[in-house]
Amino acid sequence: MARINRPVSRRQSWWLLATALAAFLPLTQQLPLWLSLAAGAAFAWRGLLTWRQWRLPPRWLLIILVVAGTAGVFYQYRSLVGRTPGVALLAVFLALKLLELRAARDAVATVLLCYFLVLAQFLFTQTIPTALLAALTVIVTTATLIAANDDRPSPVQQLRRAGLMLAQALPFMLLLFVLFPRVQGPLWGIPQDRFSAVSGLSDSMSPGSIAQLSQSDAIAFRVRFKGDVPAQSQLYWRGPVMPAFDGRSWRVTQTLGAYPQIPYEEKGAPVDYELTLEPHGKFWLFALELPGNLPPESALTSDFQPISRQPVRARMRYDQRAWPDAHAGLRESPRILRDALALPGSGNPRARALAESWRSKHGSDTAAILATAEQFFLSQLLLYTLNPPLLGPDVVDEFLFDTKRGFCEHFASSFVFALRAAGVPARVVAGYQGGEVNPVDGYLVVRQYDAHAWTEAWIEGRGWVRIDPTAISAPRRISSNFTAAVPAGEPLPFLARGDLAWLKELRHRFDAVTNGWNQWVLGYTPQRQKDFLQSLGLGEPDWRSMTAALAALCGIVLLGLTAWILRHRARTDPALAAWKRFTARLAKRGPAWQPWEGPQAYAARAAAALPERAEAIQRITDTYIRLRYGAGPAPGELQRLKTLIAAFRP
Amino acid sequence: MIPASIRTLRHRLHENFVRWALRVRAPEPAPIILTQRRVYVLPTRAGLAYAAALLVILLGAMNYNLSLGHALVFLLAGLGIVAILHTFRNLALIEIRPGRCEPVFAGGAARFELVLENRRSEQRTSLRLFLGDEVPMEIDIDAASTAVAALPLPATQRGWLPLPRVTIETTWPLGLVRAWSYAAPDMRCLVYPSPAAKAPPLPWGGDTARGNSRDGRGADDFSGLRNHQDADPPRHVAWKAVARQQSGPLLTKLFSGSTAEEIWLTWDALPVTLDIEARLAVLARWILDADNAGLAWGLILPGTRLTPHHGPEHLAAGLRALALFDHGAN
Repeated sequence: MARINRPVSRRQSWWLLATALAAFLPLTQQLPLWLSLAAGAAFAWRGLLTWRQWRLPPRWLLIILVVAGTAGVFYQYRSLVGRTPGVALLAVFLALKLLELRAARDAVATVLLCYFLVLAQFLFTQTIPTALLAALTVIVTTATLIAANDDRPSPVQQLRRAGLMLAQALPFMLLLFVLFPRVQGPLWGIPQDRFSAVSGLSDSMSPGSIAQLSQSDAIAFRVRFKGDVPAQSQLYWRGPVMPAFDGRSWRVTQTLGAYPQIPYEEKGAPVDYELTLEPHGKFWLFALELPGNLPPESALTSDFQPISRQPVRARMRYDQRAWPDAHAGLRESPRILRDALALPGSGNPRARALAESWRSKHGSDTAAILATAEQFFLSQLLLYTLNPPLLGPDVVDEFLFDTKRGFCEHFASSFVFALRAAGVPARVVAGYQGGEVNPVDGYLVVRQYDAHAWTEAWIEGRGWVRIDPTAISAPRRISSNFTAAVPAGEPLPFLARGDLAWLKELRHRFDAVTNGWNQWVLGYTPQRQKDFLQSLGLGEPDWRSMTAALAALCGIVLLGLTAWILRHRARTDPALAAWKRFTARLAKRGPAWQPWEGPQAYAARAAAALPERAEAIQRITDTYIRLRYGAGPAPGELQRLKTLIAAFRP
Repeated sequence: MIPASIRTLRHRLHENFVRWALRVRAPEPAPIILTQRRVYVLPTRAGLAYAAALLVILLGAMNYNLSLGHALVFLLAGLGIVAILHTFRNLALIEIRPGRCEPVFAGGAARFELVLENRRSEQRTSLRLFLGDEVPMEIDIDAASTAVAALPLPATQRGWLPLPRVTIETTWPLGLVRAWSYAAPDMRCLVYPSPAAKAPPLPWGGDTARGNSRDGRGADDFSGLRNHQDADPPRHVAWKAVARQQSGPLLTKLFSGSTAEEIWLTWDALPVTLDIEARLAVLARWILDADNAGLAWGLILPGTRLTPHHGPEHLAAGLRALALFDHGAN
């Protein structure tokens, strides 16, 4: 075992430097600039050490540098644990490890550190380019391991061998990936900084907050319908319900699960689909109205919003069933209805007066008031725009009577205000409306610019009824998408624009690939694993059957690989084979050839024993030597040797 | 660090394992083929560290639900398995034959040459061979070719020095696993007694010397020159002839043996107070001196008699008789 501690050769230290760079470079965008620069300086120092063959820095200096690096990381993050500080520390160790490459053992330690850095990279991003970059890094690290054992072959040869070995490792990787029993993390607490801010709906809505989202074409979630995609105007993806109003903003009040089961009756035809939700850091789970079942680890709030136990911090996927025709809240609790009528004490006098007139006309006939309100919104000729004018303190009044220009939050907010003022329980529902089917893979993609706000009102005997005031004034927003409803010339996110069809097509393809990657690689969760194995016919897979299948399949691959690897056996050089025939024949009368004996020496011995055959022996030997040791023997030389030997009689 | 008892226990277990591994009767007939059954594979320390690192990465990937982390671990695990195969393949099916082994004097190092044959059309890289605790020698074998490994072993006692069990191992290509095998080729090295550093002068006089008188006139007749060989005594180098030529090999003066002086070197000429090994040492010294001087020397040991003669073969025969001399048998 002492043999492993050979000193690191020059070539090996170049390899280690290459490996460290390959592992470190992708991380630079996550690390503070000073750390990248310091690591760069360490790498350059390593390069100089190798190039000029200087002596390694003394140990005390390295200790000082380690302490300084650690202190720097602590100063930067005020912590040494957590994602980014941990990665920064790893980077410090890697850079300094390169400065103390003394023995082969240090080379192995460096390579292992590089593997950790590759893993660290995945904490930040797991896209296809990241994966390709990581694959390249692994090829280089493997070549480095090979070079740490035998540094004589050229870099190209080393890389080729690394590639070959990794190619042979691929079947094992695939089998393990598919069959290794997956465990749902986290196994222990995850530092909070694992998740940075992501865009999406928030738990309150004020004028302009959704309009802001309309500038983002980031994906909110993707949906695969089991049957036909419902009409665009039916695609209301229920998000946070906001019953509380302070005069300007609407807020969520229910953050706890109230119903473990669906509290309303199923009605009409269900819509089944699978939803893949991008992480948004909040608790709510989007579902087509009205949700017919609950994703795992979730419950329904008292305003029928599926809510997760944990914030959605990783992409998650759930199977959903929706009942578009169901009636929710037929027997609603008085407390919730009271909340759905609450208004601030003052403000928006014109809207209040209008609502009061409706109430005096229709009394407690809430359905009639609702119809009147819809009629009023239609008659006001409100304009749907991304650039509404700024509003003063009486938001509702100014929108309804003065500017008449607004985005969906203005419509929803004003409509609910008017209904409440007229005595109809109502609330704002935020979420997404519509989506776009990617023709490449058939997934419906819902982006942030599909964010929307609508309302629901409570009518005796019908429960909560959805009314979308935006649809009253701008029906095209709902029937096609919001670009169609927005006046020409307003700034739109790239993907929402109708022109540049080929770019859009390209983007669709790219998105389909990304989605496949997300669904099958990144989203290969314990649940998906189970479903997939079941679809393969592995009924009710558990860890035992998975391990058994894994062992069996790995065994088969191993056997195949072993057979392939041990296959090339006795392909002796034909010249050597001919030479052996010759020596065997010669041994009958002359001396036997010893395997360690050079052909010249043997020929001399044989010629001495059989002087009358000396000339033939010499000619055969010369031909053999030219064939076996010469640089590029003449064509036909081998045939000549064979003929000579065939003719030889001792 | 490790208590001595554990070390001895480990040593004993290792010896038992080797005995089991070489359960075929050692020494083995040539060629020894390192078949799959006799190649063993275990992880090295680097391999254990690699496995531990993979475990940590796997836990991290599980904790953070990193699918690509899983993929990384699984790829590296696959690489580990492939490394086992490659390392194993690097060693399996090598053929070992005993090669040359020149006699040496006790106190020197015997050189056992083993001929390793690789029938495969790919090179075998970085094989290490060693005897017991000796320093390993590293060797490559080209595709479909043979290579010779010369293993040094200190020769301490005269007589036959059998080749101990040879360990042949490799960690190529990744250094994560070590494949090794044992071989016990049927090979021995003749160890001559070490010539005494201080010996009495050659025993002239009495009936030990015959032939021409000692004054040496016309002692050996110069008969010609030939290329110098290692076994030639340095004092026979034709320095003048060498100096004359611009370049070329050393030349040795040849003397016609028939006129060489004769001397008898006998066991009984030595005092009985000397023990056997010391007497053999003196005899070895005498033989070398006599041969160096170009004398025709004879050797009389209890049970052995060599008539006076000289030359490398005679020298080898004399030293061999000394090496294998067994007083108890006579």
